[in-house]
Amino acid sequence: MMTVVGVVATVLLAAGALLAVVRMERGPTMLDRTVAFDVLTTALVGAIAVEAALSRRTESVPILVVLSLVGFVGSVTIARFAAVEPPKDDRTQNTRSDPPGEPADRSGNPDAEREEAR
Amino acid sequence: MSILTDTIAAVCLLLGAYFSFSAGMGVVRFDNLLSRLHVVAKPQVLGLLLLLTGVAIRLQDRGSATMLLLVAIFQLMTSPVAAHMVGRAGLRTGKVDPAVLRADDSDGAGPGLER
Repeated sequence: MMTVVGVVATVLLAAGALLAVVRMERGPTMLDRTVAFDVLTTALVGAIAVEAALSRRTESVPILVVLSLVGFVGSVTIARFAAVEPPKDDRTQNTRSDPPGEPADRSGNPDAEREEAR
Repeated sequence: MSILTDTIAAVCLLLGAYFSFSAGMGVVRFDNLLSRLHVVAKPQVLGLLLLLTGVAIRLQDRGSATMLLLVAIFQLMTSPVAAHMVGRAGLRTGKVDPAVLRADDSDGAGPGLER
């Protein structure tokens, strides 16, 4: 009985992890990929748990503690990174996208500033 | 006794694996960030807790049961925090469409506003 349960549970967990990888590849934003990474990590924890349950070995249990720690730190770090990054992106995009729109002003202003500085 | 505990453990393992699978399915099928966040924060954690319960019942070892309880408590503590931080980052960086919110409690902390 336990073999069948193990096979079914492993197939379900592997399918969930595969779907998470699909979202990680497809995800439009970095936060979607973070969410998918969280699902993948938890599916990995679940797979190791199923392995520990089937083989009745207790050595794999500490791995679960470490993996859940790592998953949390990863999500929070990426969330902080994403929270800080986009305003900078907007600014650089603005300074880059401004010049084609107003070439005269931009070519004029730095020269005037330089002449004033001199 | 052994058959009974094995049956309970098997049911827990299957349910937990099913919830993990449904989390993966939801992450692919749902169409915006907050819906995907819901899938990560709730069904995923329930599935993991069921899996850990199944392992604890199957192993019947005090030391590993303590460690599994530690994993469960840690997951219950960290999962809301991680989901909150991802959702807040999405709201602040404009990755959340205000049209999908049924109730907006963000006090206008929308795109580009850093607080």
